[in-house]
Amino acid sequence: MSADAAQNSMDPTGLANQVRPRIELRDMTLKFAKQTILNHINLTIPSGQTVVIIGESGCGKTMLLKSIVGLVAPTSGQVIYDGQDIGRMNDVEMTGLRRKFGFVFQNAALFDSMTIGSNVAFPLVQHNIAKGRQLERMVSERLAEVGLPENVSFKRPAELSGGMRKRVGIARALILNPELMLYDEPTTGLDPIMSDVINELMLRTRRDPSVTSLIITHDMRTARKVADRVVMLYPFARLKKGENQIIYDGPPAGLDSSDDRRVRQFVEGEAGERLMELRRKEFDGFHETPMLADKYSS
Amino acid sequence: MSLPSTRNDSFHAGPGFQEALYRWVSDWGELVVDAMLTLGDMAIFAGKMFLWLFTALPRKGTILPNFYHVGVLSLPVVALTGTFIGMVLANQSYTQFRDLGLESRMGGVINYSLVRELGPVLAATMLAGRVGSAMAAVLGTMRVTEQIDALISMGADPIHYLVVPRFLACILLIPALTIMADFMGIVGGYFYAVVMLGLDHYQYLNNSRNFVSGWDFFAGIFKSFFFGGIIAVVSCYRGFNCQAGAEGVGRAATAAFVFSFVLILGIDLMLNIFLESVFRTFWPHGGSKLI
Ligand SMILES: Nc1ncnc2c1ncn2[C@@H]1O[C@H](COP(=O)(O)OP(=O)(O)OP(=O)(O)O)[C@@H](O)[C@H]1O
Ligand SMILES: [Mg+2]
Repeated sequence: MSADAAQNSMDPTGLANQVRPRIELRDMTLKFAKQTILNHINLTIPSGQTVVIIGESGCGKTMLLKSIVGLVAPTSGQVIYDGQDIGRMNDVEMTGLRRKFGFVFQNAALFDSMTIGSNVAFPLVQHNIAKGRQLERMVSERLAEVGLPENVSFKRPAELSGGMRKRVGIARALILNPELMLYDEPTTGLDPIMSDVINELMLRTRRDPSVTSLIITHDMRTARKVADRVVMLYPFARLKKGENQIIYDGPPAGLDSSDDRRVRQFVEGEAGERLMELRRKEFDGFHETPMLADKYSS
Repeated sequence: MSLPSTRNDSFHAGPGFQEALYRWVSDWGELVVDAMLTLGDMAIFAGKMFLWLFTALPRKGTILPNFYHVGVLSLPVVALTGTFIGMVLANQSYTQFRDLGLESRMGGVINYSLVRELGPVLAATMLAGRVGSAMAAVLGTMRVTEQIDALISMGADPIHYLVVPRFLACILLIPALTIMADFMGIVGGYFYAVVMLGLDHYQYLNNSRNFVSGWDFFAGIFKSFFFGGIIAVVSCYRGFNCQAGAEGVGRAATAAFVFSFVLILGIDLMLNIFLESVFRTFWPHGGSKLI
């Protein structure tokens, strides 16, 4: 493991030293056109850990997750999975690897043209794992796990509510018992009871020591309940020069007592200072926003 | 005294003009570079598609729905427009041919144009409008709602899964649609010329037989394969590269139609020239059938 990765990940649980890392982000930078989304991210996630990623809307959490499964290619830096650089893998290796991943998309991303049943069964069919009765049984088991009745499996995604679709997405991601689960806001849009059902589900999958989970959430209850470790990202555009974009990396219990005021405020959901900042911007005009200033000054 | 200075001004053409010139050049340059990039991108896209086409069987369950959509559902509209084109052709050529005293030759002209040009191009246009833009919209929506990302994340290749079946449906079924357009056009033209205008039935058909050969029919079908391929590749490419939002999807659908239509006509011209030279090579005296 590179020295700077160890230094920047500041892993207080010390797990990184005992278990070999499942995922390593090495100095990863992601840009869209000229806009920097992720800046020199170093993150080491040991096998079996459950990491919750928090941070305000638009700070690049989804992009971080997508770059781990190779859906977006980092502008520079590397993503290492089990010691292999996924940027150097060919299509066949990548497909083999993706079989071990489960990705829950922020908006479920169910296939409109298929029934719920075929959606959930898709990975099984794609990798030729099950057929017929067995496949049906596995699908309805998963649907039950996320609190959906069996009869939804003949419906189409358009006929379900947003929260139901989200749960179908979770069922689909879990069906292959992946060793890496990536949840993009799994409980957003669910009622409190259903959120807790999903939290419990995530806790249950976590019990298997080989499963590593990355969970993006805005729900602090989820974060506190399921996380071994919380990573907080800060939008690059508002970062001070030379500052690390990961402004918190530690156990969930340490969030409230963090030295960084931005972390405490985020956790408590207190708009105070941010509100002042936004008001000030209204007076100072758009040149305050680095992104816009960039665009208009050239 | 003032003369040199005015001359000087107009000679240096002022900063405004220069700027406008630069902008003009850079705008055109950008346009050309963009077009080249798009074409190159599309070629890579098509290359990947062919790789999948020849190395793996299409995914089960993806073929039939696409064939149904492209073939069966397009048939009525192709048949209908084909009939009208045949009738319009008869209607338009009649006045001119009558004035020249050549009504007896109408069958050849009408059927020759139908089989060589109008049938294939019409079928392709209908397909581009009906199926191509729908493909772009569907794939664009899948892109925007992350369904394509979901496919990839589950280890399925979106080109294999989504593009190959659409391509197969287009190139395998467009000949059938072309034959349909040809046939209905011929029927429509015959109906208008013989039944409505009262031309001689025997002359019309005999003249057609003398003028239109199997080669013409083949040339039309041959071209249609290319048209089908263009429609599938362009539409899928546009869908895959869709910009976010409903507007992006709409734009992808429109661009798919416009771009494939322009390409179809361009390729049509090139293929005509190519087929002509092939014909000349094999049948140097073949032109005699036109006398
Ligand atoms: N395709 C794209 N092209 C350009 N910019 C993009 C694209 N996708 C995302 N972005 C930008 O990247 C940034 C991060 O997006 P991302 O989706 O990762 O945010 P997020 O942290 O997941 O936010 P949220 O909590 O709202 O989901 C945003 O500022 C967005 O504007
Ligand atoms: Mg997000």
